[in-house]
Amino acid sequence: MASVLSENPVMGGRDGLTEDISEFEHVRRKHVGRYVSAALIVALVSWVVMAFAHGRIEWAIVGQYLAVRSIVVGLGNTVLMTALAMLLGVSIGVTVAIMRLSANPVINWAAAGYVWFFRGTPVLLQLLLWFNLALVFPNLGIPGLVEVPTVEVMTPFLASLLGLGINQGAYTSEVVRAGLLSVDQGQYEAAKAIGMPRLQALRRIILPQAMRVIVPPIGNELIGMVKLTSLASVIQFPEIVYSAENIYYANNRVIELLIVAGIWYVVVVTVLSALQGRIERHFARGAGASGAMTRAGAST
Amino acid sequence: MTPIVRSVGLRKSFGGFEALKGIDLEIDRGEVLCIVGPSGSGKSTFLRCINQLEAIDGGALWVNGELVGYRRTGRKLFELSEREIARQRLATGMVFQRFNLFPHKTALENVIEGPVQVLKTERRQAELAANELLARVGLANKCGAYPIELSGGQQQRVAIARALAMKPALMLFDEPTSALDPELVGEVLSVMRDLARSGMTMIVVTHELGFAREVANRVLFMDQGLVVEAGSPEQVLGRPTQARTRDFISAVLS
Repeated sequence: MASVLSENPVMGGRDGLTEDISEFEHVRRKHVGRYVSAALIVALVSWVVMAFAHGRIEWAIVGQYLAVRSIVVGLGNTVLMTALAMLLGVSIGVTVAIMRLSANPVINWAAAGYVWFFRGTPVLLQLLLWFNLALVFPNLGIPGLVEVPTVEVMTPFLASLLGLGINQGAYTSEVVRAGLLSVDQGQYEAAKAIGMPRLQALRRIILPQAMRVIVPPIGNELIGMVKLTSLASVIQFPEIVYSAENIYYANNRVIELLIVAGIWYVVVVTVLSALQGRIERHFARGAGASGAMTRAGAST
Repeated sequence: MTPIVRSVGLRKSFGGFEALKGIDLEIDRGEVLCIVGPSGSGKSTFLRCINQLEAIDGGALWVNGELVGYRRTGRKLFELSEREIARQRLATGMVFQRFNLFPHKTALENVIEGPVQVLKTERRQAELAANELLARVGLANKCGAYPIELSGGQQQRVAIARALAMKPALMLFDEPTSALDPELVGEVLSVMRDLARSGMTMIVVTHELGFAREVANRVLFMDQGLVVEAGSPEQVLGRPTQARTRDFISAVLS
């Protein structure tokens, strides 16, 4: 067989291999598995949907409360807290990541200690600690100059912002650090060679390139934050779960109101996921990914 | 006139490995010096010490009349701050083996980055100068291209324009053609040849012996962290006196 092929590698030998098959019709593989799995998934999903539809859930009540004032206000507070806590988290995260990569051992260890502590404790505990800060510091300010009772300053809003944002900063710093490390060492050298000090090189050259690696996980964490804000209901921050709770304490429609909140979470997360794709394309410019070659935003 | 580079007993180690074992050298303004030698001979390290990408471990180095990395007060040498080191680097322009263009910036943006951000030149003025430089390296029509859209030779020419935009007193080339496909080497060497003719002071670490023979005023052969032989191209490349130089040249040419 082998000798036949090597004698006449194109047309084969004297047996059936000599036949010219170049004009034959190509028949694609049948993907039976795909049809079977699609049918199974449709069946499973319909069964779950039917169960919910016929279960002891009053869907009319879900519809009735979907857009009531306190729910909409709660939704607004959820979105606001997500944005502010994430902003704080990313600011802290970038700063701490740069500190982690500093040559100064004091700065380096301080940053590592921060990450260790805030990743090491549950965010629920952190929220409660911030809210009850008065137990440790009864007054805030500069002693003798400006002093205010902590209970007056530490509102549910501020406690939630600090608790969620500072906790998020610890996670985000690790994402940013990975992004900074992903940029080629030659980029630091090229920035230095045109006379840039370290921080300017980071801001102008390294961070913009690291963004390509940083943005997808940060988008992921932003989406996590949308739902993490529900923990703030524990310290009476009036976000959407808190609003839903207040309603079901009065009317006992627990699941209906939690479904109302759930629907709004899905809506917010869907919008954010769509935005994420656009932002990722922006930071991919010059990186060779498809569609990254646009001039849009080239001046930033 | 003071030499542009003066190196006295320059030493540099990486861990236990001594990359430079005492380099004594003076380079004059307007000179084109080519450094050749086997890999690991310390020639790139010497170049990187000149613009302080590596800190020196011993000896002393003056670039453009300034002591590199230290300020002398009495009998003490005080280490410079990062900002002062960044300022000293402005005397030199560096061209890297792997180009190191900023991939998120166009050719033009690569060239104006230093002038605008570091020298605080007005953007319009920097763009005019950058256009001129890109034309000079034969890339007037590639201003808006991102590095990934350019060939290796074109990227290296943008990198040369980027270094020149800082108006350095001295240009350093670290094996500028070693990462290029053979057919692209010529265009980069031709830009460097023009630059040398224009009177720019250049130190070129290279394996292109033909280029060294044609363009260099002086050729330096380094091996194992030491200068083995230095002199005119005809002398070092044509009639080397040291056995190590002869071995290297015949190995490269064969």
